[in-house]
Amino acid sequence: MSSVERTAAASVSSRGPLDEEPGEWLRCLSCPGERDQALARLHGVLLRAARAELRRRSRPVGIEGRDRDDLSPSAADDALLAITCKLDRFRGESRFTTWAYKFVILEVSAKLGRRYWRHPPVQVNADAWERIPDRFGADPAQYAESRELASALRQAVTEVLSERQRRVFVAIIIEGIPLDALAVELGSTRNALYKTMFDAGRKIRSYLVAHGYLDGKGGPHGRMAGTRPVPADRSAGRGV
Amino acid sequence: MDGWQALDQFLRTDPRDVGCERAMELLDIYVDVVSTDGADAAEHRFPGVAAHLSACDPCDEDFAGLLAAVTGTVS
Repeated sequence: MSSVERTAAASVSSRGPLDEEPGEWLRCLSCPGERDQALARLHGVLLRAARAELRRRSRPVGIEGRDRDDLSPSAADDALLAITCKLDRFRGESRFTTWAYKFVILEVSAKLGRRYWRHPPVQVNADAWERIPDRFGADPAQYAESRELASALRQAVTEVLSERQRRVFVAIIIEGIPLDALAVELGSTRNALYKTMFDAGRKIRSYLVAHGYLDGKGGPHGRMAGTRPVPADRSAGRGV
Repeated sequence: MDGWQALDQFLRTDPRDVGCERAMELLDIYVDVVSTDGADAAEHRFPGVAAHLSACDPCDEDFAGLLAAVTGTVS
């Protein structure tokens, strides 16, 4: 389901069971007599959210039951710690539970990125570049066009990208390494790598336009950061 | 769409895109607007976040997860 479909579905769906009176969580978490109980309750909320999120993502990333059981408490623990450290940054611009859920969702993402390297897929072979046209929907029957597309893209990557951009682009697009996993490997962040891919995409496109491969006219924006198209042999990643 | 068109679309970037960090900062607010007023309202109020989520799968996945948690669509 696309994000548009999800948002449309969600806009008509009922709210979850965690709606609270405005300020109630903050009051309880700030009150010495109620703080421990509130923390325990919040941890329970976060743990359920972590389990649900891991279930939601389990099929594409191949998480089995035991892994899920291991990751959920850890994600909830880390999210609770982050929340308590940043409680004074909550401005009330969203509901507290939404704000709190965000921490556990991001913890799940981060843990899945680290988990990727515990079970990395088999390295792709040298002809990965040759399969690029398939991933962009080129008709296999149009062999000459496919070869030309792969060759042009490879030439652009070689000629216009910096060493850092080339490393990130190849890892994500050619090798199919999820963005968060690559961030772990390079000691970087999702945001920094996305920016690298953003700039790399612009440079590659300019090169392809300048050399007559693309027409340079306006059109719909694409999906960057190497998460679409998904490499056939790494479809489990979907960028996480 | 042929391979060249798909590649062209893939390489295009949206100047409104705020990037991962800013999108994640605003994600809870964005999700509350989506769940309360709908996706169009959220896109109108935060076009840069909407542009980013349409371009970045990892952040869009986080958005989907947070929305599911808030709306109770995953239990």
